[in-house]
Amino acid sequence: MVLEASFDAAPAAPAETWTPPTSERPLVKWTLVGIALAFLGFFLFLPLVAVFVEALRGGVGIYFDAITEPDAVAAIRLTLIVAAIAVPCNLVFGLAAAWAIAKFRFPGKSLLITLIDLPFSVSPVVSGLVFILLFGSQSLIGPWLISNGIEIVFAIPGIVLATIFVTFPFVARELIPLMQEQGTGDEEAALSLGASGWQTFLYVTLPNVKWALLYGVLLCNARAMGEFGAVSVVSGHIRGLTNTMPLHVEILYNEYSFQAAFAVASLLALLALITLSIKSFLEWRFADGLKAQRSGH
Amino acid sequence: MTFLRRSLVGAVGATLIFVGSASAQTTLLNVSYDPTRELYKEFNSAFSAHWKELGNGPVTIRMSHGGSGKQARSVIDGLDADVVTLALEADIDAIAENTGKIPEDWRADLPNNSSPYTSTIVFLVRKDNPKGIKDWGDLTREGVEVITPNPKTSGGARWNFLAAWAYGEKAFGGDEEKVREFVGDFYRHVPVLDTGARGSTTTFVQRGIGDVLLAWENEAFLSLEELGPDEFEIVVPSISIKAEPPVTLVPGNTETKDTTEVAKAYLDYLYSDEGQKISAKHFYRPSNPSAADPADLERFPDLELVTVDDFGGWKEAQPYFFGDGGVFDKIYTPGN
Repeated sequence: MVLEASFDAAPAAPAETWTPPTSERPLVKWTLVGIALAFLGFFLFLPLVAVFVEALRGGVGIYFDAITEPDAVAAIRLTLIVAAIAVPCNLVFGLAAAWAIAKFRFPGKSLLITLIDLPFSVSPVVSGLVFILLFGSQSLIGPWLISNGIEIVFAIPGIVLATIFVTFPFVARELIPLMQEQGTGDEEAALSLGASGWQTFLYVTLPNVKWALLYGVLLCNARAMGEFGAVSVVSGHIRGLTNTMPLHVEILYNEYSFQAAFAVASLLALLALITLSIKSFLEWRFADGLKAQRSGH
Repeated sequence: MTFLRRSLVGAVGATLIFVGSASAQTTLLNVSYDPTRELYKEFNSAFSAHWKELGNGPVTIRMSHGGSGKQARSVIDGLDADVVTLALEADIDAIAENTGKIPEDWRADLPNNSSPYTSTIVFLVRKDNPKGIKDWGDLTREGVEVITPNPKTSGGARWNFLAAWAYGEKAFGGDEEKVREFVGDFYRHVPVLDTGARGSTTTFVQRGIGDVLLAWENEAFLSLEELGPDEFEIVVPSISIKAEPPVTLVPGNTETKDTTEVAKAYLDYLYSDEGQKISAKHFYRPSNPSAADPADLERFPDLELVTVDDFGGWKEAQPYFFGDGGVFDKIYTPGN
């Protein structure tokens, strides 16, 4: 369902035989369009513009100073490292979970689906605290970790774990409805024609879900780079070491360095815009493939 | 599935190894609170240079800043601090109690109750002081709005409460009934009781609510410097409380990291002439004023200062004033 919705929103594939499903008068239509645009403009476009305006208020020089300052560079690097670990992990997790749920029957399946949604329903702060309770020095295994010199919380592993936890549902949530809808027919056909399990996955299942997978990965990546709450709890806020970009923005803001805060925030916004552009570009580039998949392969 | 699981375990394992192989150079972690950033930025480079001059290897000092209570919590949960430089004695006590990494009598380790610098509670008012606020008595005048956080949730706000109380005691000659009335009246002039000091500053500065913000002197100067002296000014009342932000070593961490010697030197250096000079420059009152730049000292007007010991120390004052059913609960009813 989610996938369908995203395609409907994409201008990539207007069918030629399209007829309006309703026959409202133009006034109603344009009023609704107007409301939607005003809402988007006010709640999305305006804040985005504000970020860039604030970031560049004191001039380009200060802007570049803010984003090339060592602590900012370390924050950017850490954010990219965390996303580079968390996103592939969730790609594998999500694919495995969606595959298991959509293609197999087993007891406790609905429980598993509920569990996958857990990170969405739990407050990020709690997600972070969970890892403190599990791996902090007051936890059961904390003393063992310390005596073996393994750092998890207040170090990069804790940040990665918290990020994986929070972004876990994105890929699985995109894939499950699509895979359920597609059923197991293609796979059964492939297997009956003599393909191995791995071949079936690689040449049948994966191509069937690649768009949903890509979309899930992009969303997952956007959230992994932007996550604040959970990461804030496990980070320890050591400058130049465990501060991610969102944490760095908060610190700068609290220190009245408004322009620097907005400069780093604008980088985060840019990353989000790049993510969206990549998605749009791929949708445009592979419009034919999309259309084929949409009309039910 | 086995394959996937294996690759997952591999990925997490790789992360651990990747992070485990951090540098072996001498590194100190100073876990501090929010407004000390500029102070320690300058102090850290001064100390690094000093440490090298003594013929030691290079030392890198890492900083972690945040709310004082939150920072203490992080150290309790395993943040590997070599030294903690926080806002409140109670926060360091909490680390000592919960982890045993700090000896219970830590306050006696360093001079002046382990506070190399102090501060006090002053008023930040809008430019040209339109309401003519001079002292605590003016805060309960008709139409004056005061911004201070909730002393139940904010450690910093407890100093504000005690400072107001100290004024009341002086003004009413120790008649506790009248003091309670005054402090209660004072809190009825607070339109927004934020949970923390940062929230209060935002309320006053960004949202433009209230006529006077109660703030630590160093933070008031910081706001003034960062936000423009053409918008606010500082008013120093006749009497206030001496806030003593404490510093201490975390031997439980430094002994395993083998950094005790350098961490001790680091804290001692805060008391040196150079350390005192830097403290004064960053708006903290130095414990040894003779070392500071006279121009910096001029910014700190003389006033009568009580200390928390006049209230029996935090161990007594905390439950008496701010515990459930304590004085604050009795004199303050929200929305009155």
